[in-house]
Amino acid sequence: MQTTFNRRHLLGIRELQPGEINHLLDTAETFREVSKRQIKKVPALRGRTVINLFFEPSTRTRTSFEIAAKRLSADAVNVSVSTSSVTKGETLLDTARNLEAMAPDCIVIRHSMAGAPFHLARMTNAPIVNAGDGAHEHPTQALLDALTIREYKGRIEGLKVAIVGDILHSRVARSNIYLLTKLGANVSVGGPGTLVPDEFAELVENGLRVEKNFEDAIEGADVVMILRIQRERQDAAFFPSMREYAVHYGLQPRHLERAAPDAIVMHPGPMNRGVEISSEIADGSRSLILDQVTNGVAVRMAVLYLLAGGSHTEAEERPQPARKQKRERKVSTE
Amino acid sequence: MDGPRINRALARLSSEVVEENHGAGDLFLVGIRRRGVPLAERMAQKIADLEGYRPPVGVLDITLYRDDLSTVGAKPVVNRTDLPGDIENRNIVLIDDVLYTGRTIRAALDQLIDFGRPRRVQLAVLIDRGKEHRELPIQADYIGKLVPTKKSEIIKVMLQEFDEEEGVVIVERPLDAA
Repeated sequence: MQTTFNRRHLLGIRELQPGEINHLLDTAETFREVSKRQIKKVPALRGRTVINLFFEPSTRTRTSFEIAAKRLSADAVNVSVSTSSVTKGETLLDTARNLEAMAPDCIVIRHSMAGAPFHLARMTNAPIVNAGDGAHEHPTQALLDALTIREYKGRIEGLKVAIVGDILHSRVARSNIYLLTKLGANVSVGGPGTLVPDEFAELVENGLRVEKNFEDAIEGADVVMILRIQRERQDAAFFPSMREYAVHYGLQPRHLERAAPDAIVMHPGPMNRGVEISSEIADGSRSLILDQVTNGVAVRMAVLYLLAGGSHTEAEERPQPARKQKRERKVSTE
Repeated sequence: MDGPRINRALARLSSEVVEENHGAGDLFLVGIRRRGVPLAERMAQKIADLEGYRPPVGVLDITLYRDDLSTVGAKPVVNRTDLPGDIENRNIVLIDDVLYTGRTIRAALDQLIDFGRPRRVQLAVLIDRGKEHRELPIQADYIGKLVPTKKSEIIKVMLQEFDEEEGVVIVERPLDAA
């Protein structure tokens, strides 16, 4: 079993083993301390270049990756689609190959098409980090959520986690379901029937509870994760109106009464206040929404450090030194 | 070198540190991971026995400051750095088990400076492998034992905290890994 994360890319959580996830989380925990220093910078990635290639709008994730790169002393370059040659008709692959020609050490990509990061990983040489691809995966979000849960609950194994809201369109839900079940949590999902597909039960082998009534999903939960209603992906009528959604599926304090007494509340952001989450909860004492953002920087530092830190080709070519000792002699103490 | 001898060397180092710094008042001991950390703890205890005051002990993990980070194959696990309290204007004693090329100490100094401006930084090591191995102009202020070694040899410091036994031995480096 793999106990260290030695991959070339971070494309999703699905293919990771529990040991690799724990290595990422342990490394992130160390980096959390760096952000508390007065000088929040270490020279680990000095002289390295990280390109943030964002084909979808993002404040949190892009800023988080940029700050993470800078705190490791890497140079971060941001490319956003509205100002890029993509508007002139360049294909994703051509854009990536051109960026690659400038010798980056890591490319972080967000794209509305599921699988775009996989495509780049196959076709280019730079390490690729998936910062969200369509409704597929968002691995660093799942990692920062796990780091937050671990920080407040001390563990993940055996916890009851409820993920509620727009499950269907959510890459955050998918990555979290993979990660949390791999680490032994009991996960339930709930929300409006149209946004909680039954097929989700088949995503993972070991016990994902799919509830049509979102209050049943919250029952006894130690962690309640609320998902954003993704207006931009709502091309069909999944529910009558935002207002109706807020009335029936917006998380109110009374819903939390069914959760565990010390339940924590999380939201990946950006929030639709008053829609999927009431302000009372978002700003309440159980809300860890801003802790999640803080942990996001630590997780992304860990990911960039592990992907862009060493030289992979050397790691593959270099034979492991034999650890056998031929002879020992005592250090003389005269 | 066995357990009792390590203990005696640390006792001497501790009293030298106290003498040189005119007491323990401004001292701040900093152990370099891994084996410098238990050595720093032991020296703090000995200083407490001598002076009735236990200086604070910090921990440095120099992984992120290594100059060979981009060439080492598998990335080393990063552990936490923890300096309790302000190092500003303190007399820092860096503590490590073996002084060899001096590159670890260079990394430790760089990291230390990122945390503040100590009045003075000194270096204490249990074993000094000899000046001829140094790749940087760095020398120790306090030396447990000078052990001249060949490049083909490895010094193994074993401490109860990590190794179940206590002692220092010289190990021949296997030829195929040299």
